[in-house]
Amino acid sequence: MVGRILLVIGLFALSITQGFAAPKIQHWVSDKGVRVYFFPAPELPMMDMRVVFDAGAAKDGDKHGLALLTNGMLAEGAGDLSADAIAERFESIGASFGNSSHRDMSLLSLRSLTEKKLLDAALETFKVVLTDPKFPEEAFERERSRLLIGLERQKQSPSAISNKAFYKALYNDHPYAYPANGEIESVKAITVADMEAFYEKYFVAKNAVVALVGDLSREQAESIVDSVIGGLPEGEAAVRTPSSSALSKANEIRIEHPSSQSHILVGQAGMKRGDPDYFPLYIGNHILGGSGLVSILADEIREKRGLAYSSYSYFIPMRAEGPFILGLQTKNKSANEALKVLRETLKRFVDKGPSKEELVAAKKNLVGGFALKIASNKKIVENLASIGFYDMPLDYLDKFIANVEAVDAKQVKEAFQRRIDPTKMVTVVVGGEQ
Amino acid sequence: MKKNRLLLLLIAIFVVGCSGAPVIPDASKPVKRFADYNVTEKTLANGLKVIVKEDHRAPVVVSQVWYRVGSSYEHDGITGVSHVLEHMMFKGTKKYAPGEFSKIIAENGGRENAFTGRDYTAYFQQLEKRRLPISFELEADRMKNVILLEEEFKKEIQVVMEERRMRTEDKPQALTFEQFAATAYVNSAYHWPIIGWMNDLENMEVQDLADWYKGWYAPNNATLVVVGDVVADQVFTMAENYFGEIKPSIVKKRKPRKEIEQKGIKRIAVKAPAQVPYMIMGYQTPSVVDTEHEWEPYALEVLAAVLDGGASARMEKHLVREQEVAASIGTSYDAFTPGRELLMFSGTPGQGKTVEDLENAIREQIKIISTELVSDKELARVKAQVVASKVYEKDSIFYQAMSIGMLETTGMGWQLAEQYLARINKVTKEQIRTVASKYLIDDKLTVAVLDPQPLDSGKMRARAAGGRHGG
Repeated sequence: MVGRILLVIGLFALSITQGFAAPKIQHWVSDKGVRVYFFPAPELPMMDMRVVFDAGAAKDGDKHGLALLTNGMLAEGAGDLSADAIAERFESIGASFGNSSHRDMSLLSLRSLTEKKLLDAALETFKVVLTDPKFPEEAFERERSRLLIGLERQKQSPSAISNKAFYKALYNDHPYAYPANGEIESVKAITVADMEAFYEKYFVAKNAVVALVGDLSREQAESIVDSVIGGLPEGEAAVRTPSSSALSKANEIRIEHPSSQSHILVGQAGMKRGDPDYFPLYIGNHILGGSGLVSILADEIREKRGLAYSSYSYFIPMRAEGPFILGLQTKNKSANEALKVLRETLKRFVDKGPSKEELVAAKKNLVGGFALKIASNKKIVENLASIGFYDMPLDYLDKFIANVEAVDAKQVKEAFQRRIDPTKMVTVVVGGEQ
Repeated sequence: MKKNRLLLLLIAIFVVGCSGAPVIPDASKPVKRFADYNVTEKTLANGLKVIVKEDHRAPVVVSQVWYRVGSSYEHDGITGVSHVLEHMMFKGTKKYAPGEFSKIIAENGGRENAFTGRDYTAYFQQLEKRRLPISFELEADRMKNVILLEEEFKKEIQVVMEERRMRTEDKPQALTFEQFAATAYVNSAYHWPIIGWMNDLENMEVQDLADWYKGWYAPNNATLVVVGDVVADQVFTMAENYFGEIKPSIVKKRKPRKEIEQKGIKRIAVKAPAQVPYMIMGYQTPSVVDTEHEWEPYALEVLAAVLDGGASARMEKHLVREQEVAASIGTSYDAFTPGRELLMFSGTPGQGKTVEDLENAIREQIKIISTELVSDKELARVKAQVVASKVYEKDSIFYQAMSIGMLETTGMGWQLAEQYLARINKVTKEQIRTVASKYLIDDKLTVAVLDPQPLDSGKMRARAAGGRHGG
């Protein structure tokens, strides 16, 4: 939608005192093998549910885009309901249904008021969509052609181009090499039979995690899971996405694009969820480029030199080793200078590690800002789904502050030196004449 | 990480109301309590209005300072100055060095940011509730004591130009929208973009910012909004302690520059390197501050929701699914725009379709809604969505503060949000048809079409870059 968009507000963060108790998560496994994570929140008469399957693009095989299309087709016809009827059923009661598909996970979400009549109706429709999708041919052709137009549109975005090239260069033949949206040729080859097979294999109870937050009792939560998700066959959990081999050599890719800025990405394979180095790497990155304007990268690139509006670094911990990425956008003629500063900054950080002051400041920020995880139902349900999907310990949130506090500067430095090699980075530059 | 220094183009405030009139126990007292909404307000002697909404779900607080200034206060030659000044507000005061503001908030576990809109500039922090005084101390300091250093300005103006390149120059759809707005609005200050024209940024001087700061940054031109796990009376005392000493200024009255009546259809093409065509249609429409009849903006809100309030609405159903003439389509209308509003449609044609096909299909839908009454089912759906969103929005204290701050700063008053549902409920089918046939007509229409030019990109040069790393 034009105009009416709030361009990104960094508001996902509230803070909290030490010693504040993290939410007590209730966890159980249903008779059919669905892993459930529940947090009662009686303050508002509403509930949020996320159903997550290990069925993201990493399971596409060579049919890139299959996971996304399968997920996207669920609400395009299910049971005896058309796409129109499904949308009407949710929206006529103010419920909102969402679905999306990523490299690791395939996700369905529902937000509804908890007034019985409304909630029952929302859940009934959700159940049909989840357990009895029909993948109608006509709707499939339409959704595929919309996806293809989306892929065409990416060709006009230097940001999308750089992202795609970066993953391809970093992951080679690992499943993470391909975007969840797929590629034009692969999407054209996908059939309804492919989606039906994908759905049957992966949309099963043992491959599902359910997160529930809201004004519900434990009994209600159990009955929701049993009735709504219980309609799925038991099946088998998906085979875990394999580890990605570490990048062995530096690789620099320059792609011409008629843009006024060059988009630069530099990176390497980073870490998995549950990685033993998670906290040292997380805190180190927070200092390097993960804490907005007070990070070292923002200081070097933006505050000291005015080279970019946005410069950052982050790890994306995933099922297999997700990437470690540093990035910025700058006018074409500054691209080489900015890239040089970016690389020097990374090398210096890996060589020397953080100063005592930097570490103390980062810990204060992370500890004081812990409530970002739990200050709204929306944030809590996201956390629950993530904890469940990645098999993180139930007390992950409880121990978060203690885990942050326990990290020292030496651990950060050693973890970076062990994991990040500045001489073997993938570099992608997309833009005009530099 | 999220980027700092945000540019707020516009916000879709789908705010709604619940029943019950405001309770003012004793209007002679400076503190006004609106018990139904947990809102209390007080204006300090220097003119600073403080509004507190108590929400005790989590031990956190959001604090926002809103100034009545934004791009629509600007004039030719200095466009973008409100937004550049917003950037410079983090670059030091008499007491704090450049960047120290952000460091202090970060060390207190807080998040902070700022955004500039057409009609406001706002600064915010989110903190554990006991650290609210830290936010007050810093915001009170920069309300009057900012030092605009030439050397900081020289770097920051480069940052803003990079921001403009990223947001607009290299995004064909954003570029199209910018030219669209400059065509649809002639004399209104909504004519230019919030971030400003590049040439104005290139010629901006630090003195422009100093004049702007002096002219608009004053307690009597600001609203302080606090939402979270706080007690209103304590917040007022604290606000008095930190902001009470700041002297008010004489603040100029903004010239209204009310948009002239359009006298016929306007069409433009925007050529830019792109792969996919795109189009925007916008009709001049009233908003709540600029309307002949009070009900009209609400009828337009319902109209927009009937057309495009979800996957079951008419545009998705007919244009995307049935006719496949649109790959994507959006409709936007905001009754709470302080100036002349545009009801806009924007979209990308479906496979094998053109922007002309898409325009014709949109016109067909306009014809139907201008001549036929909407169904009971459609009206009921829109109302159910408003009722639910009223509950959902309470999950975010930030959203609640935004709604209050925006309506206050634009002079409409935060209570307007609370009346929303009641006003929407009063809208009739006939009224929807009436506003459609009155406003969605060619004489009020501007159309902008993105005309894709060859990208000529994608050439790749891979090279082993052994020696170049690490510098």
